[in-house]
Amino acid sequence: MATGTVNIAMSQVIAALSGGECPPAIAKIVVNIRLVKAIVALLAGAALTVSGLEMQTLFRNPLAGPYVLGISSGASLGVAIFVLGAPLIGFSGYLVSFGVAGAAWTGAALVLAVMALVARRIGNIMVILILGIMFSSGISAIVQVLQYLSHEDALKTFVIWTMGSLGDVTFSQLSIALPAIFAGLALSVVAVKPLNMLLLGEDYACSMGLNPGRSRALLFGSTTLLAGTVTAFCGPIGFVGMALPHVARMLFADADHRVLIPGCMLLGADVMLLCDIISKFFTVPINAITALLGIPVVVLVVIKNRSMAA
Amino acid sequence: MIKLCDFSIGYGHRILISDASTTVPSSCLTALIGRNGTGKSTLLRAIGGMNVGYSGAIEIDGADVRTITPLGKAKLIAYVTTERVRVPGLSCADVVALGRAPYTGWAGSLSELDRRIVADSLDAVGMGEYAHRTMDRMSDGECQRVMIARALAQDTPVILLDEPTSFLDMPNRYELCTLLCKLAHERGKCIVFSTHELDIALHMCDAVMLIDSPRLINLPPAQLLAGGYIDRLFPIPEWMK
Repeated sequence: MATGTVNIAMSQVIAALSGGECPPAIAKIVVNIRLVKAIVALLAGAALTVSGLEMQTLFRNPLAGPYVLGISSGASLGVAIFVLGAPLIGFSGYLVSFGVAGAAWTGAALVLAVMALVARRIGNIMVILILGIMFSSGISAIVQVLQYLSHEDALKTFVIWTMGSLGDVTFSQLSIALPAIFAGLALSVVAVKPLNMLLLGEDYACSMGLNPGRSRALLFGSTTLLAGTVTAFCGPIGFVGMALPHVARMLFADADHRVLIPGCMLLGADVMLLCDIISKFFTVPINAITALLGIPVVVLVVIKNRSMAA
Repeated sequence: MIKLCDFSIGYGHRILISDASTTVPSSCLTALIGRNGTGKSTLLRAIGGMNVGYSGAIEIDGADVRTITPLGKAKLIAYVTTERVRVPGLSCADVVALGRAPYTGWAGSLSELDRRIVADSLDAVGMGEYAHRTMDRMSDGECQRVMIARALAQDTPVILLDEPTSFLDMPNRYELCTLLCKLAHERGKCIVFSTHELDIALHMCDAVMLIDSPRLINLPPAQLLAGGYIDRLFPIPEWMK
């Protein structure tokens, strides 16, 4: 919390948080901006990592994640339609942040439903991945068309949003994001047993008493809440959801979701906070940091999978 | 006990099996044979309740497969698919423990009894010493045994296996079938497995189910041979005679 455009001494940060003596301007920065940002970083990291883990198990694909499968893009489309269209309807204030979240959820859920349908019909992992990437690109194209057609002010809001930022979240937005993410995380905890069963594939899971419809609804609901909410308020943040579950698996040397779900929450929260600190240090968008840190992990996973197949 | 009543199944206009009625008793090892594409897997999936696109009825111990809940089904039928499962980081004991899923609570925590059943199941397939090895470093034969141990841990009267011998070498195939035979007779299980190994089906099993589209014939091996079905469906090429 000490780092940022204005450097604040650690002692003053502590003073501001504990209500001690410090200049009111600094207290405001620390509580209203830095504290909120730190909480958002923790939440977003945990949410993205857990949703990535759920996707990887459900699709039985090491490269699955909210970003790759187009879920983030779906949420983007929802937000694009809302942000670029909302001024026309005349929404403002609290309604806008709720609308953004709702739009992102709808977009994410729609893409997830389509991907799940496709995944059921086509068992081939590569095809699903390629379709996910195509889907994302298609949606980006639609978003670009929307941008081209839209009003200048709305456009600016949207472009800043796409850069991914933990900083633009306000207290009122946090009041929506917090319960939504907690609900998503709670659903993921409830889903540990189905997730473990799904490790052996859907056929095996069903033969062991898994209710396929219910568990899929559980996982989709959870992922939509997690990835959708984060995308809505922080913009599309890449690589965290894909890379961190692998790091968690390596760290804990386990595939049991009873270990991995809490592990991913902690790891995601920590790493995201770290990314946030780094990004503030150099004043660069957080997306750049997550990509730079995430890509080596993904490359490693791909190479490891190759050697396993050979 | 598995009971088929006027069972018919097919894809679109293609009928694979029509109006079959037969019974597979418990303590009986049954091989399911038939040419490629005649519906061996389809039949097994139907019995396992994973394919409901058939007419007629399938009963397991008197209960209609279509009306049993997923959980109830998991306590009656264990299924071993052709899929090779190798999850990095998951030990043999973990995989077998998943077989206890129908009996554990929401988090899937194992009780003392569950742990004992998992250990027993691994011992029964001769993999007791592999409990803590992960499956991504094991041979096909070993993996297949672990999956059978998982089916055993599920503690069901019926076990279905889809081509369990297909990735195995000759000695492993015989060993696996000896194991299945032992489990059927000693534990009173009703075991049905599909296979392309005629010698195994005819020499090591109590009964052979033969798909002679669209008929389904279920006879002891000796009678099946005497009936001339094998010679007709699996002719030996001239040069081999």
